[in-house]
Amino acid sequence: MPNFYNVEIDNALLLGTAQYPSPAILTNAIRHSQVQIVTASLRREAGGSGAGQHFWDMIKGLGIRVLPNTASCYSVKEAVTTAHMAREVFDTTWIKLEVIGNSDTLQPDIFGLVEAARILCEDGFEVFPYTTEDLVLADKLLQVGCEVLMPWGSPIGSGRGLNNPYGIRTLRAHFPDVPLIIDAGIGLPSQAAQAMELGCDAVLLNTAVAKSGDPVTMAKAFSDAVSAGRAAFLSTPIEMSDMAQPSTPVIGKAFLS
Amino acid sequence: MLIVLNGQNCDVKSTTLDQILIECNYINSAIATALNDTIVHKQARVGTVLNEGDRLEVVAPIGGG
Repeated sequence: MPNFYNVEIDNALLLGTAQYPSPAILTNAIRHSQVQIVTASLRREAGGSGAGQHFWDMIKGLGIRVLPNTASCYSVKEAVTTAHMAREVFDTTWIKLEVIGNSDTLQPDIFGLVEAARILCEDGFEVFPYTTEDLVLADKLLQVGCEVLMPWGSPIGSGRGLNNPYGIRTLRAHFPDVPLIIDAGIGLPSQAAQAMELGCDAVLLNTAVAKSGDPVTMAKAFSDAVSAGRAAFLSTPIEMSDMAQPSTPVIGKAFLS
Repeated sequence: MLIVLNGQNCDVKSTTLDQILIECNYINSAIATALNDTIVHKQARVGTVLNEGDRLEVVAPIGGG
């Protein structure tokens, strides 16, 4: 079972909470898929709105863990300040750290990411860094105190799946004991299963469920897919080969003309 | 006193952050605050005095990915 900062969970699917057609569909998707960790964010609120409190009450009512993010932060200072605000509001030391470096691809600013991660780890946060699959960068993040890595599959919301399975496999091989969560770019349950088959510990996604035609059913499909992928990884898949290898015994075949 | 609240000019009578939040109808809300880009923790709002032109950010939970 995945273990993040000494918290063990039973479900390797982490779900985002944005873009759902309605709050009811969001809560049904969470319940139906039995996810135990959801992400959330902070945004400006008008006085008297109460929308944030209402959302927060709804999430708390589900009895699940929240992983706040620093989405849309483009600087270290902005990300660090947002993380502190999130810690106060959500009452958790967990933070999904995003320091974005490009507005088209939403890929992380890897230099800012390491610096922000260092500051936040020193401030007592348990950091989940949204990163690329770069091996050296991953090592730097671990050095500054991160105990979880969240490499992207592909750009956020793109649904392209794993752009670089080799990179993910390399991360897994070099850091066999570090929890790996594929974050972003997953569009289909088969892509989530692939990530798990490569040895990832969990998959975090949002758009693929929220913007699907039936988010509740899709959330369950993803939950099943990550479970199947994990079981496959633990069962040691066969090696690929270029040539066919008959599965039915050749010896004993009748000689017929 | 004119401050900038969430990017909008806002004329407030109060001078301390806790009172400004009440005046602007942030009551019993799950919010966090930052003044001029620096977080002001909940327990520090009472003693935090705002000045003309200060930039106040008030954020609350929302769905996120």
